[in-house]
Amino acid sequence: MRHALMQFAPAFPEIFVLIMISLILVVDAAVDDGKRFLAYFLSLVTLAGASFLTLRDFSTLPVLTLGGLFIDDPLSDVLKLFLYLSVAIVLVYSRDYLRQRGLYKGEFFVLALFALLGMMVMVSASHFLTLYLGLELLSLSLYAMVALQRDSSVATEAAMKYFVLGALASGMLLYGMSMVYGVTGSLGLGDIAIALQDGTDLRIPLVFGIVFIVAGLAFKLGAVPFHMWIPDVYHGAPTAMTLFIGSAPKIAAFAFVIRILGQGLESQVSDWRGMLVILAVLSMALGNIAAIAQSNLKRMLAYSAISHMGFMLLGILAGSQNGYGSAMFYVLVYALMSLGGFGMILLLSRAGFEADRLEDFKGLNRRSPWLAFMMLLLMFSMAGVPPTVGFYAKLSVLQAVVEIGYVWLAVAAVLFSLIGAFYYLRIVKLMYFDAPHDAAPIKASPDARVVMSVNGLAILALGIMPQPLMAVCIHAIRASF
Amino acid sequence: MESVGMDWAAIRTVVWTLIKILALVVPLMLGVAYLTYAERKIIGWMQVRIGPNRVGFQGLLQPIADAVKLLMKEIIIPSGASRGLFILGPILAIAPALAAWAVIPFTDSLVLANINAGLLYVMAITSMGVYGVIIAGWASNSKYAFLGAMRSAAQIVSYEIAMGFALVGVLMAAQSLNLSDIVHGQSGGLHHWYIWPLFPLFVVYLISGVAETNRAPFDVAEGESEIVAGFHVEYSGMAFAVFFLAEYANMILIAALTTLMFLGGWLSPVTFLPDGIVWWLLKTGFVLFLFLWFRATFPRYRYDQIMRLGWKVFIPITLVWIIVVGGMMQTPYGYLFH
Amino acid sequence: MTYTTAIFYFFASILVFAGLRVITARNPVHAALYLVLAFFTAAGLWMLLEAEFLAITLVLVYVGAVMVLFLFVVMMLDINLEKLREGFWDYLPLAGFVAVLLVIEMALILGSRHFGLEVMGAPAPHAADYSNTKELGRVLYTEYVYAFELAAVILLVAIVAAIALTLRRRKDSKYIDPAEQVKVKRNDRLRIVKMQATQKPGAGEDGA
Repeated sequence: MRHALMQFAPAFPEIFVLIMISLILVVDAAVDDGKRFLAYFLSLVTLAGASFLTLRDFSTLPVLTLGGLFIDDPLSDVLKLFLYLSVAIVLVYSRDYLRQRGLYKGEFFVLALFALLGMMVMVSASHFLTLYLGLELLSLSLYAMVALQRDSSVATEAAMKYFVLGALASGMLLYGMSMVYGVTGSLGLGDIAIALQDGTDLRIPLVFGIVFIVAGLAFKLGAVPFHMWIPDVYHGAPTAMTLFIGSAPKIAAFAFVIRILGQGLESQVSDWRGMLVILAVLSMALGNIAAIAQSNLKRMLAYSAISHMGFMLLGILAGSQNGYGSAMFYVLVYALMSLGGFGMILLLSRAGFEADRLEDFKGLNRRSPWLAFMMLLLMFSMAGVPPTVGFYAKLSVLQAVVEIGYVWLAVAAVLFSLIGAFYYLRIVKLMYFDAPHDAAPIKASPDARVVMSVNGLAILALGIMPQPLMAVCIHAIRASF
Repeated sequence: MESVGMDWAAIRTVVWTLIKILALVVPLMLGVAYLTYAERKIIGWMQVRIGPNRVGFQGLLQPIADAVKLLMKEIIIPSGASRGLFILGPILAIAPALAAWAVIPFTDSLVLANINAGLLYVMAITSMGVYGVIIAGWASNSKYAFLGAMRSAAQIVSYEIAMGFALVGVLMAAQSLNLSDIVHGQSGGLHHWYIWPLFPLFVVYLISGVAETNRAPFDVAEGESEIVAGFHVEYSGMAFAVFFLAEYANMILIAALTTLMFLGGWLSPVTFLPDGIVWWLLKTGFVLFLFLWFRATFPRYRYDQIMRLGWKVFIPITLVWIIVVGGMMQTPYGYLFH
Repeated sequence: MTYTTAIFYFFASILVFAGLRVITARNPVHAALYLVLAFFTAAGLWMLLEAEFLAITLVLVYVGAVMVLFLFVVMMLDINLEKLREGFWDYLPLAGFVAVLLVIEMALILGSRHFGLEVMGAPAPHAADYSNTKELGRVLYTEYVYAFELAAVILLVAIVAAIALTLRRRKDSKYIDPAEQVKVKRNDRLRIVKMQATQKPGAGEDGA
């Protein structure tokens, strides 16, 4: 690992994104309502530019810079690329939806990019300070995005709940971090790992700190029993915002967990593994069972998100490089599926109509066979049916769990996903075997359709050929630890 | 645990400090009293009147008579008022106005507490003065008082930012937060005073100071013609007098700070004359005269115009000038700025 | 007991009392004022820790600005205490249980057994010429510049969010723009018209 106090080059993507945000802020304030396209276009340019910068300086070795607050390693670079991708997809899917609801404003794009910046900071943080600041940057932007639709009382309520519970979670996280700081005397993840290598006399405060940190992380991930906000926020927020919340931040949250638990508190794996086991089992159980009772697709996908996070935790709790790699694979695949799922709701909705109830999907096959097929792929993948990639993701996570000898946990996970398969397949049944509920033509824009097709087909293609992505994940983890 | 006897030294320090505080506060209160006299006289002359001339020679005993009158009057607490806070209001108004004087140097050696972060201390303490006004307005349970309090709170908070930024310019130039060091940074005659390189900040500071003390033309918190007397409409007797004292003590404080930071404090304007407290008094007196002059000259600002001036004019000016100063300090001409 | 310890206990007891009153005071304005007191005494404690910059900034920012605005809002709100207290007794058992649990846990952790002077040791006092302000400035703009900039970005987000969520131009608003008004020149408002005298020739100058 190379050390450098002030080396700005590794942070060029972040700097570039921030400059572009400022530019968009100024440009958007100067143009009138007819030219909002400019902000959209500039946001996509930002993402492309950031991808270019990240790819150009793709790191092979971890570089610690900016006073040890910032780390640039393969893990962060890979995750950042996926962050750009998912934000770009969000922007494409949600353009028409936003325009129809009067939300097509510069603020949306600016806040989305701020959230992206926050996620990038989290992904390449090597210090409690930057982890926390990145998280707050992300969360603040998300709260504002959810509340952006001011006339909707549901959205305002969702924003309020999100804000209050998010603040509580941040408080817990900070409390935990301060205890770990008290024990180790340092905030840098690397220093903490070194300080804890040989054990410590202050075991009880350390374990309490870990409890608070894990609780805070679980809040942010939305793992049971800290999941209360997820269904309400997913349901209440405008679908475009739900799409955003449900995709990229999950990747960042994975990085957050892996940085704190996997890198900083690596030696305490025996302490946090038990906590994660409880979180994972409860999340899978509650998520999958509660989802069955939902009649609203956004709410159903919210519970599905809870169960998926539970599954992802399985990989992390394995505490091995294989486990982390498979968890990373899982979270990337989940982001892709979540993008597709919520994106489909956006594609089917139109002015004054939200296609977010299950019955809105009835007979989709007769209205648009191609979109129905895409949705079928997405649902199969979420349920974990081969040959889609969801199956492979679940399989690799389960392998990691079995490797550390938690066979019962793997069996439980399989059982819960069998229960979960029911509600995913119910949507397939609605689409293919029921009569259409409403016959209005689907007015999705061509670019959104193309992206949706790529999204759906990618799930199939990755399912058939998972090795390249898996190899990338494993490599990123190996090279960064 | 150490014995109590060990702390005689500490107790002696405390007593000695108390004596020094008294030596500072008594002249200050006299200054306040005669500032009110000066105000009435000067504004009188400006308006071609005579001003007070009945009590004592040329009305010189007028402030004493006023004080005695206010002391003898009853303090009425309105029945709907929040009792404790109603009494706390004037105390909170005067306490910061006096406490800030702790770090004000009069000459090289004449200062109560020569602390490192003097400027910060002054900013922090003066920022608390607003509580007296808000609490008084709220506790009075009167709509006029409440309106005055709200206006005052918004106004003071707005102008404090511009004032703070103006001070940032000064501390950049002086490279110190210590008020004595700031004055020393200006030694070498009139042309070394910070008023020249920091002229925009000086103007902003002076005007913000007027706004901060709720003086005309920024006296909307009292606004006789609109909200009777604003936040202190329900106060009478000594409680009212305390507000009065606080306002004038704050005025003198702002004038003293302007002197210290922009006008070279106790330093003489020309090198062949000795430095001394006399210069300090003269300069402070001049700034105070400006305060009175403003009052006699300008009509009261409208509220939204006050807000615009603070946020849209002063804050940008100070921000730009801070950047200019910071930038210039990196050039060969940096010596002009410090 | 030394002088410093006495001051510490003085501030600490006021702080704890004020903190308790913040949550028990029935009137929200009183609660806010107790919070001001709490901040102020906390600043006193920081001063004892030789962190004069932080102490003064706490007063300047929290007492001088944040709490003023907070009071400003709280005073204008019509808070119905009865409604806020609804269901208080229903939730008390559960909330009380959690609270007691938390207190016990914290007492277990934060007691002197783990973080007492015997375990951690007091840091050595600094020399008289040590400037907390200078030290903070130094690390803030070198080692922690990244975090510092991030904090600034978070504030920018807060500004953007606040404006996006609250700025609403009503079409029927009678809002006047003082900037426009200030810019007005005499010629925009006043028109001087030269008029021919209409008096009949021969009438006197002062005839009216």
